[in-house]
Amino acid sequence: MNNRIVHIARNTFREAVRDRVLYNLIAFALLLSGTAIVVSQISIDIERLVVVNLGLTAVSLFGIVIAIFIGIGLVSKEIEKRTLYTVLSRPVRRWEFIVGKFFGLAGTLVVNTFFMAIGVFGALLYVAHKFSAADAQILVALYFIILEFLIICSLSLLFSSFSSPLLSAVFAFSLFVIGSFADDLRGFAGMAHGFTRWIATGAAYLVPNFSALNVISSVAHQQSLGVRLIAQNTLYAVFYTVMALSGAVLIFERRNLK
Amino acid sequence: MAAIEILGLEKSYMVGFWRKRPRRALQPLHLTVEDGEIFGFLGPNGAGKTTTLKMLMGLVFPTAGSARILGREWTDPEVKAQIGFLPEQPYFYDYLTAHELLDYYGQLSGVPGKDRKRRVDEVLTRVGLTDVKGVQLRKFSKGMLQRAGIAQAILHDPKLVFFDEPMSGLDPLGRREVRDLMEQLKQEGKTVFFSTHILSDAEALCDRVAIIHKGELRGVGAIEELTSGVQGKVEVIWQGTQVPASMKALGAECHVTGDRVRAVLAENQQDAAIDALRRERIRLIAITPLRTSLEAYFVEKLQQPAAAGKTAGVNG
Repeated sequence: MNNRIVHIARNTFREAVRDRVLYNLIAFALLLSGTAIVVSQISIDIERLVVVNLGLTAVSLFGIVIAIFIGIGLVSKEIEKRTLYTVLSRPVRRWEFIVGKFFGLAGTLVVNTFFMAIGVFGALLYVAHKFSAADAQILVALYFIILEFLIICSLSLLFSSFSSPLLSAVFAFSLFVIGSFADDLRGFAGMAHGFTRWIATGAAYLVPNFSALNVISSVAHQQSLGVRLIAQNTLYAVFYTVMALSGAVLIFERRNLK
Repeated sequence: MAAIEILGLEKSYMVGFWRKRPRRALQPLHLTVEDGEIFGFLGPNGAGKTTTLKMLMGLVFPTAGSARILGREWTDPEVKAQIGFLPEQPYFYDYLTAHELLDYYGQLSGVPGKDRKRRVDEVLTRVGLTDVKGVQLRKFSKGMLQRAGIAQAILHDPKLVFFDEPMSGLDPLGRREVRDLMEQLKQEGKTVFFSTHILSDAEALCDRVAIIHKGELRGVGAIEELTSGVQGKVEVIWQGTQVPASMKALGAECHVTGDRVRAVLAENQQDAAIDALRRERIRLIAITPLRTSLEAYFVEKLQQPAAAGKTAGVNG
């Protein structure tokens, strides 16, 4: 990878690590996993189900909040605080800046997910006393959660490249919520007629399909996930991320930094 | 080779609710800065100095025109490896220490790893930031941030340095140090382009200056040329507190300060004034022809109608 992208990514990661909000969110995620243990103790024979469900949902939600919270400020904060001036006056291309920022945030989220995943597996071991072969599926669910983060990161960056942090947060969070019901939206599009069908179909395919990436319930019920699904979801997430990042680059390349 | 050639750069912003009304921030600007000179870009606040610098740095896109920096198109990213830039009132990543910040900028500028640490220590010493190891920039004073800003601009040993209001936020000693640093950069063969509205700094430092007002170039030239205009008056200073009647008769405007009198009178009255002082047995200290100050030139250019200044200015 281009050296400048690596340096920008590393600095973005360093900023996130030194940001106290990030530590708080990790603490909250761990706290939630702890709560899962308590809940599992008052549940009969469904301890694993509750821990996996609650733990992975916490990993996903906290990661999404971190991705949006940091992602929306990645470009706009640099413009607002004028830190960008001394970066772009060096031999750094604007696309390198965007891509570097993306990898920095993605790296932060992968590391963050790694530590939260340790919490989930720890909680699981606590309630089940041992791991089973089906628990390997949790890794697939975590991988899909990371794919979700990549999409959200790229969308946050896209919005951040032309909008204020507040509006970027609203856009990104709205897309996350709508994307989580993408399957329902597609179902509705299938049933609609005329102009409504046209609009609903367009919207259903435009919003990120987070429902396809959400396999938490399947994993909690120990259903196996096929290689085909993993390949499809990977291709979809990479394609969507590249598209959103390209949009961010196209906008940022033309933007005057007042 | 000229260090900077600005070829008709201009900038308009669309304003109003529908962004349909253009507002010109910079009229077409033609300006040449020679290699190895200290060039002052002067103008009151809002004159268009920062807009020009931002366009040269590729931060703002011009509406029309182009520029060449160090013989290359200004948009060529490789040019940026050879230039340094200090923005006005710089703000940096405040979670970093000065060493970390400069190391990061060194990486982005392509300073090799083996030289980077040495260069960082050198430039921090050069700008007077020696005891800041481990201190995050959020704990820096405004003056310290300005020094860090100057350090990052010269870190990669650029051939051409752009400073936007470099004296801003500095105390008198700091301003003196920055002036010395700019002179050192010139002695090292570098070109320094700096914007300021503090005329004394420009007069003390610059080989040439340009004056910009309301987005329009009003004048450009060497400091000696701009300030060499003799006003046809002389300044006579003598010791004492008394103004002889014969001096008043010559039409001198006299001011007593401490034990000295300063009189300004017409140049053709100079000999008569000397004779008058001799007759009164008064000790003469100095006679100096009055020259146009940069301030007077600046004010004159700002008060000129726009079109007149334009034709006078486009010769740099």
